[in-house]
This record gives sequence, structure tokens and C-alpha cells, in this order.
Amino acid sequence: MTGTLGQAERKPRLRPWLAQLRLLEKLRNLAGALLPPLITIAALLLLWQILCGQEGSSLPPPTKVVKDTWELIRDPFFDNGGTDVGLFWQILASLKRVAIGFSLAAVSGIALGVLIGQSSFAYRGLDPIFQVLRTVPPLAWLPISLAAFKDTNPSAIFVIYITAIWPIILNTAVGVRQIPEDYRNIARVLRLNGWEYFIKIMLPASVPYMFTGLRIGVGLSWLAIVAAEMLVGGVGIGFFIWDGWNSSLLSEIILALIYVGIIGFLLDRIIGFIGRLIAGRPI
Amino acid sequence: MHGYLTIEQVGKNFETAKGSFMALSEVSLAIEKGEFVSIIGHSGCGKSTLLNIVAGLSRPSTGAVLLDGNVVDAPGPDRAVVFQNHSLLPWLTAYANVRLAVDKVFGRIKSSAERDQWTKHNLALVHMDHAQGKKPDELSGGMRQRVGIARALAMQPKILLLDEPFGALDALTRAHLQDTVMEIHRQTKSTVIMITHDVDEAVLLSDRIVMMTNGPAATIGEICEVKLDRPRRRLEAVDTPEYARCRKQVLQFLYERHARAA
Repeated sequence: MTGTLGQAERKPRLRPWLAQLRLLEKLRNLAGALLPPLITIAALLLLWQILCGQEGSSLPPPTKVVKDTWELIRDPFFDNGGTDVGLFWQILASLKRVAIGFSLAAVSGIALGVLIGQSSFAYRGLDPIFQVLRTVPPLAWLPISLAAFKDTNPSAIFVIYITAIWPIILNTAVGVRQIPEDYRNIARVLRLNGWEYFIKIMLPASVPYMFTGLRIGVGLSWLAIVAAEMLVGGVGIGFFIWDGWNSSLLSEIILALIYVGIIGFLLDRIIGFIGRLIAGRPI
Repeated sequence: MHGYLTIEQVGKNFETAKGSFMALSEVSLAIEKGEFVSIIGHSGCGKSTLLNIVAGLSRPSTGAVLLDGNVVDAPGPDRAVVFQNHSLLPWLTAYANVRLAVDKVFGRIKSSAERDQWTKHNLALVHMDHAQGKKPDELSGGMRQRVGIARALAMQPKILLLDEPFGALDALTRAHLQDTVMEIHRQTKSTVIMITHDVDEAVLLSDRIVMMTNGPAATIGEICEVKLDRPRRRLEAVDTPEYARCRKQVLQFLYERHARAA
């Protein structure tokens, strides 16, 4: 009797104590994850400040970048018409082009990848062509697409498309070709038809490979859009950077570069996240 | 020679860079309904090739296979195969792996609730009902093989084809699975062909042991009938003279008359 009483008395005192310990533990883990990048960033900013802070430096130091671009940082949503719009709209315009070009590349890239992964005739026929075409730099496609589409926006989208499609095709093909013979045999014993085989075996078996291709593809298309927009003009983060160069607004260019980097990072993570959701396992 | 399953003068040639290679030649065998037949031989003797031909995964170059009066010319769920490396789909749970087969075979005949019942029933037969929500990489080798057997059983095949099903397992797990397979064979009265290279496994489980000669042009060398009463108990069976006789016959065949050069 006394034993149980004693336990009952101890428990409430013990619990908040344990909870506190756990909270501390969590905080320590969080600090462990956040502190190293924060310290590195601070050190780099300091270095930048020291290097560019002197009189007559060709590039602005971070303090000047923030001071010069404060209006842009504070209000990314302004719209004065034409290309004089906030950074939100500039980035949105670029993302729209990437979304269209990349989606088209994803659909046709996966289809072509499945084709050359499944059929060795298609593989032998198409693989050499793909291997040559994929080494063509994205911007080299721009003049041809401008000639073909006679308009800047579809040309920029085409450049995205042609940049993103190769890693999607090639990785999907590898994913399909590595499907173990056993899975094919299971499909044959169960007499799965082509569609059932595609949905129930090929897709889940090759999804990690597809998403590797999609991740590389989205990264490349974000690289290409900035370059393409510099040439074709209009609203978009690429032309914003080019415009900044022409008007000698170096601080604006640096701010835009930071945004481009962050968006590229987020795109990569979003595709990785979707891949994990679909595959049900880390990719 | 006519049985439930008839293998009639089956031969198999493989075209290789060095020319035609004859793996099997003139294999004939008749198997009765409910019979448990083991095929034993040294590795490379074409026993897996033979099983693949019965499964329909590979076509014979000569001869034919008949099951229940029909020529086998394509794979199908009436000849369910349990592969050596389980070949479960790693993104599906144990339940979903079996259910995939059940849905495909009984999708039009049974209601969803009946298929659910049948899936669980087959997992219970192999003692895996407790792990139905687990994925293959969360299961041990023996458990995966059990799920593989459940998937094959769930197709309600006319004949169950086991391709060295316990080859990758340790001795204890092996023994447990052999007991499970004997129990299933007794309960479901299935017809079974099992490829093995384990003499004791063959003697304990089989009604007949088919011994294959070494390739090229491998064929059936001898057949040993195991006249042990069923149900068999491992420890009791091992002590019988019949067990010793069969074991000796198979060993003599494998290591005296058809010993491998290597």
C-alpha cells in the first residue's frame, strides 16, 4: 500500500522535470542544426563587408546592398506597369515559364524514358541522338526557337523544356531498365496487362529514378531561365538582372541573385518532397 | 504417359555466341494430382530451366507441357511460382503483395470483402497474419519467403512451382518453412514441383524425387519414390529405413554416378 502511495506521490513531481529535460534536448538539437549555418553566413557577410567596404571598391558591401534595395525588399508587390514591377512579380513570371516548360518536359521526358527503357530497338535508335543533343548548351537553342516560334515567350519556354528533358529521359530509362527480371516474371504469371504493369510495377519500381531526373531537370531549367530571360527581355528575374547591369544598379543584381538561389533551392526541395511522398521512401 | 501435369519429350536449346547450347534433352515426366515432386541435381543441370518451361516463362525448343489437358504456352496464375529470392514488390506491404495477386485472379469472381478474407486466410496459412502491414524490407528472409508462398497459394493454382524456395535461408528457418510447406500440402492437397539441391529436404517433403543428370543435354537420370506415410514428422521420419534408403539412393546418384567434375 505504502509503495503505491509513494509512487503516486513521486510521479507528478517527476513528470514536469522529465518534460523539461525533453524540451531542453529538443532545443539543443535545434541549436545544433541551426547554429553552424548561421555562424558561417555571419562570417561570410563579415568577410564581404571587410573586402568591399573600403573606399573605391568595385562591388557594394552588404550594408550598402540592403540600404540601396530596401524599397525592393520592403514591397515586392508594387506594379508600375511594364517591366517596372516588384520582385514578387518578376520571380512569378520566371516561375510560370519554368512551370510550363518543366511540366511539358516531365510528361514527355517520362514517356520517352519509358519507351527507350522498355524497347531495346527504341533505345538503340534514340539513345545516341539523346546523348549528342543533351550536350548542347541551353542558350544555343534560343536562336533556333526564336526563328521557329517568332515570339519571345514560347522561345524561353522551349529553352526550359529542352534543357530539362534530357536528365528526365535518361534517368527514367535507367529506372525502367533496372526493374528486376523477377518483377517482370510476377507480372507475367499474374497476366497483368500493359496498363496494369505500368501502374502497379513499372511506375513504383522506377519512381525514385524518375524523381532524380526531375530534380536535376528542375535545377537545370531554373539555371536556363535566368540566362534565357536576359536575352529575350520582358518581365522576369533574368531580365531584371540584365536591366540592373544596364542601369549600373549592382545592389539590385545582388539581391536578385540571392532570391534566385533561394528559389532554386526551394524548387529542388519541393520536387524531392513530392518524390518521397509518391515513392513512400527516401529518394 | 499421361498425368495431371505431363512433360512430354521437352528439350531446350539456348542460342549463344558460340553456337547452340542444349540445356535439356528429352525430359518426360507425368505428375499426378496432389503429388509432391522434387527435382534435384547439381547446379547448372537445367532444373530451373525445366521449372521455367512448366511455368510458361520460357518456351521449350522441342516437346510440350500439358496441364490438366491444356498445352502450356504462356505463364499464368494456374501455375504459381515461388522464386528463390521471394520477389515481393518492396513498395507494397505483405498484405498488398498477396492482395495484388488475389485481385488479379479473383477480381471478377469474388467481392472485395471475400478477396480481403481470402488474402488474410492465405497469410494465416503461412503464419504471417501478424505481419500483414509490414513491407518486405521490415521482414526477415524466412518471413519474406512465407509471404511469397502465401501469394502463390492465394492464386489457387493447379500446380505450385517452388524454385529453390529455401535456398537463401539458414538451417533453422529452413526447417520451419519445410514444416509449413508440408502442412499446407496436407491441408490444400496441392500439386507441387520443388527445385532443390538439398537431399534431406527432397526426401522429407516429396512423394517422388526426380534426379537430373549433369548438362549439357541434361535429362532425368533416376526417379526415387519415397514411401513414407503422411503426415511426416521430421524426427520420426529420419529414423526410418525408408528415409535412409531414399537418402542413400539420391546421394549415390549425385556423388557417385553423376559427380561433378568441379
